[in-house]
Amino acid sequence: MSNILSIAKREIKAYFTSPIAYVVISVFLVLTGFFFSSAISWFSAQSIQLAQNPQYYQQININQMVFTPLFHNMSIILLLMLPLLTMRLFAEEKKVGTEELLFTSPISVGQIILGKYLAALAVLAIMLALTFLPAVFTFLWGNPELAQLLNGYLGLFLMGAAFIAAGIFFSSLTENQIVSAMLTFGALLLFWILNWASYSATGMWKGVLNYLSIFQHFDDMTRGILDTKDVAYYLSFAFVGIFLTHSVIQSRRWR
Amino acid sequence: MIEVEHLTKKYGDLVAVNDLGFKVERGRIWGLLGPNAAGKTTTMRILTGFLPATDGRATVSGFDVFEKPDQVKRITGYLPEIIPVYPEMTVTEYLGFVAAIKQVPSAKRAAALDRAVKVSGLTEVRRRLIKNISRGYKQRVGIAQALIHNPDVLILDEPTIGLDPAQIKEIRELIKSLRGEHTIMLSTHILAEVTQTCDGVVIINEGRLMASGSLEELTASFRKKDGVMLKVRRSGDEVVASLQKLAGVDGVSRENGEIKVEWSPGRDLRETVARLAVTQEWGLLEMRPLAMNIEDLYLRIVGGEQ
Repeated sequence: MSNILSIAKREIKAYFTSPIAYVVISVFLVLTGFFFSSAISWFSAQSIQLAQNPQYYQQININQMVFTPLFHNMSIILLLMLPLLTMRLFAEEKKVGTEELLFTSPISVGQIILGKYLAALAVLAIMLALTFLPAVFTFLWGNPELAQLLNGYLGLFLMGAAFIAAGIFFSSLTENQIVSAMLTFGALLLFWILNWASYSATGMWKGVLNYLSIFQHFDDMTRGILDTKDVAYYLSFAFVGIFLTHSVIQSRRWR
Repeated sequence: MIEVEHLTKKYGDLVAVNDLGFKVERGRIWGLLGPNAAGKTTTMRILTGFLPATDGRATVSGFDVFEKPDQVKRITGYLPEIIPVYPEMTVTEYLGFVAAIKQVPSAKRAAALDRAVKVSGLTEVRRRLIKNISRGYKQRVGIAQALIHNPDVLILDEPTIGLDPAQIKEIRELIKSLRGEHTIMLSTHILAEVTQTCDGVVIINEGRLMASGSLEELTASFRKKDGVMLKVRRSGDEVVASLQKLAGVDGVSRENGEIKVEWSPGRDLRETVARLAVTQEWGLLEMRPLAMNIEDLYLRIVGGEQ
């Protein structure tokens, strides 16, 4: 474990001594803030209108009207930004020659991968934690449901963890960071829109494509549904990404 | 101690290292010499556990590189050709990180770091960012990271490449100061590096072993003639004729204003030649033994002479 932490600490330091983490976190916060304020403005206007009609008054729900669309927007920002966070993880080591230091040290390839993964997860956690601050204000002047809100954040974190695993995998394939980011983005987008293909599919394929779609599992979580099948999907996605990274690195060295 | 037997590495159809075998004794500095693409870096990467071999065996301090890679990595320090540094870290932060992943116990890390910094001459720059220090200091950082866990064996791939003459001298002195405590293998294609730094040499070409041994052994085995270079004030044709008449002399020739006198290995006619020069009053200025220099040796070996 100490080896994993040593690698993770160095990676986190590398994120925060270069502009990468600051730029990614700042852009994420600015865009999230914009979507949050837009959603709140729309929610206020709608609330005033709906409040005039007792029949619709019961339908005012800040979780569904603000946070569900906000989580959807945040997930798309993560889809765009996390490849930028993961693109350097192995590509840079290869490019500058430091992989020779790592792989000639008495630590395992698995420990190196997990250390890097943990570091990227830590940055993701910081990104998400900082967006919680605006949500706190909604508790001051409204009554959102905390469990549903936390469920949405859990969904974002699990989805981000899956994105990061895919990013590490593509970073291990190349020494070019742009190529790494583009491959990650392309692959994740493909998984995102798999359920579109399910509309025209029939039988078993419809279910398979729906299950493989990243978005399908996230949608449930933003609505407050915590299903083990969704959690298992993201954890499996992350595991496959890490396993493939391990296989790529080992096979390259043994070729 | 490093022992390599029948080591082979293939990349597809390309044979980078071909049935290589050599031995480096404990506490010695050995050079791995060869032209570009001879297989030097591949051999070093195999010895450090970075690459697996296709065939053969290699041991470092008795541990098999393929069966006990972790033990080998614990007792081996490696400086790759491209210095493996993180520019955004300070020298101290970087060496602290390397100490951690090289399994230096946390209680001993500060002492290990101080020792590496001191031995490598990094005291002045220890708090500076690596991206802001000179190429020479970066090379020292590379050597310090290889030394941080006080390894038995040091593998240095082209340790002086890209340095200016003053920096080359400093790094060579640093490497020489490590002799005895560490077994060192350094690769180079600079011939002077071998004569100035190493006790012995392994010469490879196209992945094959061409020669291996101490410099004295190799020059002795490749020298076909003994003799002297003679410099005299009056070096007319009669001087050459007189030398040719000496019993045991196989050849006399002029080279750059000097006279080269050769005889078969095993004989020693130096005293006879000196006496003749003095009695004949040729004005003896200088007499030195014929020595095969490293360039001659290297070119003969790489040229395929057995």
